[in-house]
Formats: sequence, structure tokens, C-alpha cells
Amino acid sequence: MSGGVDSSVAAALLVERGYEVIGIMLRLWAEQMPAGPGSPGKENANRCCAPEAVADARAIARQLGIPFYDIHAESVFKEKVVDPWIKAYGEATTPNPCFNCNRSIRFGFLMQRALALGADFLATGHYARIAITREDATTRYRLLKGVDAKKDQSYVLHVLGQRDLARAMFPCGDFTKQQVREMARRFGLPTAERAESQDLCFLTEGDYRGFLLRQAPGIATPGPILNTRGEVIGRHEGLPFYTIGQRRGLNIAPQNAHAEALYVLKLDAAQNAVIVGTADELGTRQILVRRMHYVSGAPPAGPIRCSAKVRYKAREAACTLAPLPGGDAQITFDEAQRDATPGQGLVAYDGDDVLGGGVIARNA
Amino acid sequence: MTSAKRRVYLDYSATTPVAPEVVQAITPFLSETYGNPASLHSYGRDAAAALDEAHQVVGCAIGARASEIVFTGCGTESDNLALRGAAFAARQQGRGSHIISTPTEHHAVEATLHQLQDLFGFEVTLLPVDGCGRVDPDDVRRAIRPDTILVSVMMANNEVGTLAPVAEIGRICHERGVVFHTDAVQCPAYLTIDVEEMNVDLLALSSHKFYGPKGIGVLYIRDGTPYISMQTGGGHERGRRAGTVNVPGAVGTAAAIKYVAAQREAQAPRLRHLRDRLIDGILASVPDARVSGHPQDRLPHHASFVFKSVDGETLLMALDVEGIAVSTGSACTSGDPEPSPVLLAMGVPREWALGGLRVSLGYHTTEEEIDYVIERLPRCVEQVRRATSDL
Repeated sequence: MSGGVDSSVAAALLVERGYEVIGIMLRLWAEQMPAGPGSPGKENANRCCAPEAVADARAIARQLGIPFYDIHAESVFKEKVVDPWIKAYGEATTPNPCFNCNRSIRFGFLMQRALALGADFLATGHYARIAITREDATTRYRLLKGVDAKKDQSYVLHVLGQRDLARAMFPCGDFTKQQVREMARRFGLPTAERAESQDLCFLTEGDYRGFLLRQAPGIATPGPILNTRGEVIGRHEGLPFYTIGQRRGLNIAPQNAHAEALYVLKLDAAQNAVIVGTADELGTRQILVRRMHYVSGAPPAGPIRCSAKVRYKAREAACTLAPLPGGDAQITFDEAQRDATPGQGLVAYDGDDVLGGGVIARNA
Repeated sequence: MTSAKRRVYLDYSATTPVAPEVVQAITPFLSETYGNPASLHSYGRDAAAALDEAHQVVGCAIGARASEIVFTGCGTESDNLALRGAAFAARQQGRGSHIISTPTEHHAVEATLHQLQDLFGFEVTLLPVDGCGRVDPDDVRRAIRPDTILVSVMMANNEVGTLAPVAEIGRICHERGVVFHTDAVQCPAYLTIDVEEMNVDLLALSSHKFYGPKGIGVLYIRDGTPYISMQTGGGHERGRRAGTVNVPGAVGTAAAIKYVAAQREAQAPRLRHLRDRLIDGILASVPDARVSGHPQDRLPHHASFVFKSVDGETLLMALDVEGIAVSTGSACTSGDPEPSPVLLAMGVPREWALGGLRVSLGYHTTEEEIDYVIERLPRCVEQVRRATSDL
């Protein structure tokens, strides 16, 4: 429980359906900022579990008549989510920490704790659905998009497998955000949205550059900005500060300024170079995913037609997914995908079904 | 909680319900006799008379003079005032800056000594403890140096219940002219406290641990003990703790200490019997379980266990789901499951030290409640073990 609308309604729905419900909030790691004028203060650093959020969640649990625990997960979150995220920036990629969080924290650490309390299921406020198919003696769990296309969060849940889905519940996934809000009103729960933000929960004030420099001094080494002909046309401040498709903030010498706008095409770790080019040079049809995860537990027998998206907010596009020996997968889009970025997740769908996904290793 | 499930409170070492006679004693001082005891007028005199009597009663109960009793805000404050007050008084007199304590003290002492060391240049020696959490008085004797100014050893450990040989340690301190402080917060409801027999100079109590209200503590300061008040302001409590005294709290403390003095003799053996029943029941039914702390020489109401490969906090939650209110015994507020420093200091292996559990009984505990725990606890331990070894 976060104290927000979605997890509160999820809990209320389960109580209403007669389940014995236990509320849990995870205390996640945040950077300890030194005290001083203008400092956010150490308790407020991770938005997930600021003191007001804890108080809100506790009050909601009380209102629902369920026990509530806030469980400290700071060091496991730091180790499994934040450290790998920092490391991935050091490898010239643009990582998404939510995958590791769902895999290792929510459906790892938290699931363990839930089972330890005698729970049969772990429910969250995610907008996604689980469908159960029984054929002969086998039960298959399918992960489906939430019914609200705008709120669908199946993308970040693609890391889940059969065992996770067998003990997961997403009560909000059957509803639109609008309906969830109406239910919150009906349950007498607070409906105010906590400031929704694109920033990561552990980033103080959304400043990922300052965060990286404080946490990993030396992670950013300035180097050249090259055009596609290999000519030096400017200087960058360190690869972690750039991502594919970025246009702003490129320090390109005026004499090299192009008639057309320039975009980051590639971060070249070997040369410590940012490669830039024009909009029509951006984008790729071919994507290699390392260690593709399949919700079903097994890769398809051969290449399949499906759709995929290369970022949470990217548009889903038609493609062919070819499983490779060793567990990787080659994805060939029908049309070039503009912002496919190493480190981000590629998630494949068959209609509403999440087939699986993995981290983009190479976009060429 | 709207749940109709049965609830069993076995966390009396965390806090106790206020006894009805204590509530009765306090009530008039909330509304009728509300004067400030420092005021000159009749309202003030009425409050001052009650406060004088409270000093008298509390002093008498622990073998001290009324003038040696200081009311504070809580047990932690009493420890803070005692340690800082004695340390800075010794520094002012140029007597030295060496302090001796143990690694099993309550946070109120441990964190205060840490700060005295890290920020204020005092030197703290922590003596070893044995497998039961007990410090050897001979180690105290050997550790005392010419510049030693203060020894702090808690009378009974909150986490593992072990009683310390305070009287002997106090005697050694007095032979060497060293101030002796003890945190006796866990004790009054179950043990007799006598500051003369214990040879103690500074002693901390907390009313809510013995059926009194929260928000009031006691600090005993033996007359003549070097002490500087670390809370400055007016001359309340004879200049030893500035701030208007919590009169209802002080009156309640006096009533509570009278209440436990009358109950103690009958309750201690009853609780010891129930406690031993619990220990036998748990050890018989839970694999890889041990009692932590001293098997006999411990608080009579206090049972503490370690379970191999069990995270204590998770076990508490699993028990709470069953309606059983217990504790790990340590004030673990800092973060992820960490082995208890107290257990580690006692030589408990790391894989056991995560699983500390304290079951503390009280005057209202029944045999049936103990049997409920004996029935439910083994299943909870098994459940936690299964879940957390699974992934």
C-alpha cells in the first residue's frame, strides 16, 4: 500500500470480496541528503514512503479494518535496484530500474514476506490482469494488459513468470482509472492523487545527473561528440548524461552546427563517444534482447508475429520475434523504431497478452 | 482493528496498561488541582504538596530520600540526563573522561555514550559479556583506570532479560570512587530495587513499564553525586531538570510504584511459573529454538528466544496476524533485518541472531493465553522459515 488511490482501492475491493487482507508498505532506499537550508530532509527523499504516505496508508488500512506493516527494504532495494541501475549507466545504457524492482523487490522480497505472514496471494494496485487457462492437467497463467489502455502497466510487469502470477492479484486491472476513482469515492477512501511524476522514486527532486555523480563519482568522463562520418563536432560531459533520441543539451561547436537538428544516435562506450545524426538517421528495425523472459516460461518454437514496444510510453508496433539459441531474441520491427535504447525494456504482446520481454542489448 | 479475532498482549516489557488505582490518583490533577507547583499561590501550593508527596513515595520505594528523586519525561531522558550530567560534571572537575559500559545496553544508554564519545571526546570502554549477556564484575574492576569517571550497566536487559550483578559492580565502583549508573527501567514491577543495596548513584525508571502513565520517568541521583543538568532553564527539581514537572504523571508514578510494591510478591512467582511453562512448551515444539539470556537469573516475566534462520520482525508480523502481540525486544527502527547487536555481543551466531523474539508477561497474563502462544507460535515459525527459504 502506498497511501494512493490504486493500492487503497485494490485493498478495499479484496476486503469487500471477503478476503482476509494484510496491508504492507515497503520502505525503500533513498539518498541521504545532508541537512541544511533547502535540503528535502532525509525522510522525504523517497517519494514512495515519505512520512505522510505512511500515515495515509496506515489510516486507510485502519479504515478497512486490516493490519498494516511498513517493512524496511532499504538495503535490499539499494542492492538489487539502485546499484545495478547505476552500474548500467556506467555501461553506456539507459536503464529502467522498475524491472529489477518488480522482479526482486515486489515479487521477490515482498512476496516472501507476504507468504511468511501466511498469505496466499500478493495483490498490488497495478493496472494489469491475470487470466487463468486450464488445459488438461496444466494450469497456465497469462498476464494481460489492464482494461484502461492509458493506465496499462503490464509493461513493467513483463518480468513476472508462472509462479509469480499464480500468487499475484491486480484488482485494479479490470477497471479504468475513472472507475477506480469512483470506487474510491464509494469506499470513502481518499481520491486525491499523489503528485504523479515520471521521475524515479529514489531520485531526490528528479535530478539523476547529480545523483549519479554523488553516488558514483567518476562515472562520467567527458569525451567527443562525433557525427556519423566519425568527425569530432563537439564535446559531451559523460555518456550517462545522454540517451538515444536526445536533441537538447548537445554541446556542438557553432561551426559544426547542422542545418538540420541533430539527435543522439548511439552511445559508444569503446570510444567514450556520443554519436549524433539527423532525424532520418535515427531509428532501427532490428533489436537484440539479451536473455528474453517469457511469461509462459518457455520461448516459442520459432519466429512469431507479434507486437512490441521499446519504452513504457512508446507505441506498440508490429514485429517478428525470433528466439535465438541461448535465450536471446532478435526482434525485427516492420517499421523503424525511433527511440529504441540499450538498457530500456522491450516488451512483446500478442493482443492483450504479454508474451515477455527483456533488456535491449543492441539497437542495430 | 475490527477483526473479531482473539488478541493476546504479551509485550509488557514494551508497555503496560495503567492500573485503575493509578488512573484514579491522576484524574484530579488533570482538572481540579491544576496549579503549577512552582507558583507561589494556593493553587501552586496544592500541586507542590502533591509533587512533594510523589517524591517521598518514589524515594521510599527504592530506598532513597525524596530529595534524590527527579521526575523526567521518560526513561530515555533519565538515562540521557544521568550519563551526560555525570560525564560533563567530571570533565568540569578535571577528573577524567573514561566511561565503562557494556555492549548490551538499551539504546538510551548506548546512543548517548556513542555521542559522548564521537562528538564530545569522552572515551568509552565496552566490556565483554558472556553467552547469557552478563558482564563479569572482575572485568569492571580491571577496566577501571585513574581517569575513569562513570560506569553504566543495566540492571536487567530489555532484550534477553538477564539480570546483571549490579550490587557487586556498584561496590567495586564505590571502592574506586567511580560514579555508577544503572538503567532499571525493566524492573520495578517484578523486582525489589534498593539503591543502597545496589550501591548505585544514578538510576533510571519509566512509569509506563510498571502500570503507570507514559510521558514520565524517574531519575534517582544519590546526594553528592557530581551532576550538571543537561536540561537548563528554571530551577525545577532542585536544579536538576528544568521544566515544569508533569504533576499528574508524578502522582501517577507514585501510585504505580505503590501498586507494584503491593502486587510484586504474589505476581513474581506466578509469572515465573507461566514463563517457564511457555519456555518449555516452545522448546519442545519448535525445532532449532533456544532461549536467549540467562535461563534462571532473569526477569521473572521475561522469556526470550532465538530461532535459527528466522527473521524476527517477519515472525512478529506473522504472530500479529494471529492476534499475538510480542516483540523482538530490541528497538529495531533503523532498517532492514539486521542481527541484534545484543545477541551478537553474546556470541549468538548470525543465522540465529536475526530471529530474536521476546515474550513478556504481565499481571493480567493468564495460563490460557500462554497456551494459545504455545499452540500458534510453532506454526508461525514454520511458515516464516518455509516462505523465506523458498526463493
